[in-house]
Amino acid sequence: MPSAPAATAGRRRRWRVAGALVVTAIAVMAVLAPALPLPDPNRTQPSQRLAPPLTPGYPLGSDHLGRDLLSRVIWGARVSLMVGVLATLLAMLAGTAVGLITGFYGGVTDNMVMRGIDLIMAFPYILLAMLLVAALGPGLVNAMIAVAVVNVSFYARGVRAAVLLLREQEFVEAARAVGSTEGRILRRHVLPGIVGPILVFVSMNIGVMITESAGLSFIGLGAQPPTADWGTMLADGRQFITVAAHVAAIPGLAIFLLVLGCNLVGDGLRDALDPRLR
Amino acid sequence: MRRYLAHRLIAALFVLIGVSFVVFLALHLAPGDPAQILLGPMATPAELTTLRGQLGLDQPVLVQYGRWASRAIHGDLGRSIMLRRAVLPELWRRFHATLVLAGGALLLAFPLGVLMGVLSAARPGSRIDQLSQVVAMIGISMPAFWVGLLLIIGFSVRLGWLPGTGMYAPVGDGGLRDLLTHLILPAITLSLVPLAIISRVTRTNMLDVIAQDYVRTARAKGASEPRVIGWHAFRNTLVPLVRVFGLEVGYLLAGAVYVETVFSWPGIGFMMVNAILTRDFPLVQGGVLLIAATYVLINLATDLLYACVDPRVRHA
Repeated sequence: MPSAPAATAGRRRRWRVAGALVVTAIAVMAVLAPALPLPDPNRTQPSQRLAPPLTPGYPLGSDHLGRDLLSRVIWGARVSLMVGVLATLLAMLAGTAVGLITGFYGGVTDNMVMRGIDLIMAFPYILLAMLLVAALGPGLVNAMIAVAVVNVSFYARGVRAAVLLLREQEFVEAARAVGSTEGRILRRHVLPGIVGPILVFVSMNIGVMITESAGLSFIGLGAQPPTADWGTMLADGRQFITVAAHVAAIPGLAIFLLVLGCNLVGDGLRDALDPRLR
Repeated sequence: MRRYLAHRLIAALFVLIGVSFVVFLALHLAPGDPAQILLGPMATPAELTTLRGQLGLDQPVLVQYGRWASRAIHGDLGRSIMLRRAVLPELWRRFHATLVLAGGALLLAFPLGVLMGVLSAARPGSRIDQLSQVVAMIGISMPAFWVGLLLIIGFSVRLGWLPGTGMYAPVGDGGLRDLLTHLILPAITLSLVPLAIISRVTRTNMLDVIAQDYVRTARAKGASEPRVIGWHAFRNTLVPLVRVFGLEVGYLLAGAVYVETVFSWPGIGFMMVNAILTRDFPLVQGGVLLIAATYVLINLATDLLYACVDPRVRHA
């Protein structure tokens, strides 16, 4: 019989594998959506409006315009995943650049940039995203930019902290002593050392980014109709919850499963790459 | 402590100035001419030029910010374009509703989250620990706007036990009982993410503290397990929880926007979404400024509380 910690570790591993499978399945469906035998996600069929799940021809039912929910959920995965992943990439690249430069060079630049980051962090992040959308105008791309900008500070601070530790290491000093340029030290010695922490930050952050993007679409500030996006679908379904609860429940379930999968995988990555955070 | 207090107050003041500048600048740079929005599409160029002059829109940005900030300090946040009335009284009314909602969620999330975290850390690997970790993982992963809809479907539409929209019944007496019945579902929805985070933070910190020598000493002296956990270990877990409290209040105030939208709760977030969609910038500016300033002040208060309970902070 396995010991209690071993049994717990085994269970955790199984959950992570399940999370990875869910994320992979959703990603594969999203990528293959155009090749799948699905009806057009925007094709309306007024005679079939609000059809319940398992209706012939509508496995997950239909929405208030008679659009096939299965097709919209799968096509919606493309939008939700793309926005979440792109926003994460944008935030990660910008935050990493800021964190690298401020952490490595220090001085006045570091001080000024970090005060700017402090200022961004003085806002609750949802509020700042809303302010940016207000300035840029509602829309999918603007919502993605807003979510990315809000999260730059998260990466910048994390990467800066990691670089501050690395730049004092002996191998960096040795590289400097043999005459390596600052650019080479950054590229060859510091950057590889922060890949692990960055992966941990991404794994902790991507679920939040997907929820935030879907949330902005839900309140009408992100994707606009008729785009099949999970947040917008949820908002559409909200108006019909008294007569057809599935129209809102299904896209919400999709967001939940994707975010849960990302968080489970993230927990596994974090434990593997940075056991101190366990 | 006095030096620390002065330092934190000055820092908070600078942050407040910075926050107000970001709020002003973000909407100042937004596309669209406020004079055109106010006068409508039929306005002549002469009328637009006159109004721009009256509103000071032809002045440099810093001058415009100075005027706006000076009026804001005196409580004048301008007039709402859509509502055609002063922004501040409207904001207060809405802010009161958001505070009620955030307060309800906090009352659920904090005690329950701490209890879950303590029980979980007291017996790591036990059924309770596993359950609380699963609840925390699900709580963090469930979007609040979906949970809210599920609760409405379950408890309002299907069971008919609780109201699913608004803060008071349209024909009710507007009393406390009416408010509480309307508050239950939105407060549960809003409390889920903070509950999960508080439970995780409590568990992690409790596990760290339980591994300390003084806890082992307490056990060696023969102290009972409830005393070791509840008295020796838990007291030291409260310190990091103070900081989490500040962060979570910020989430509750701003994150309430989704819950307010789902439950048509007449709070400041619900109001701001409509203001953004109708490009009612004075209302958006006022709303963001009020919530951000509250967040800064709450963080200042938690920093001071942190320094009170942990002397290492104020002497650092």
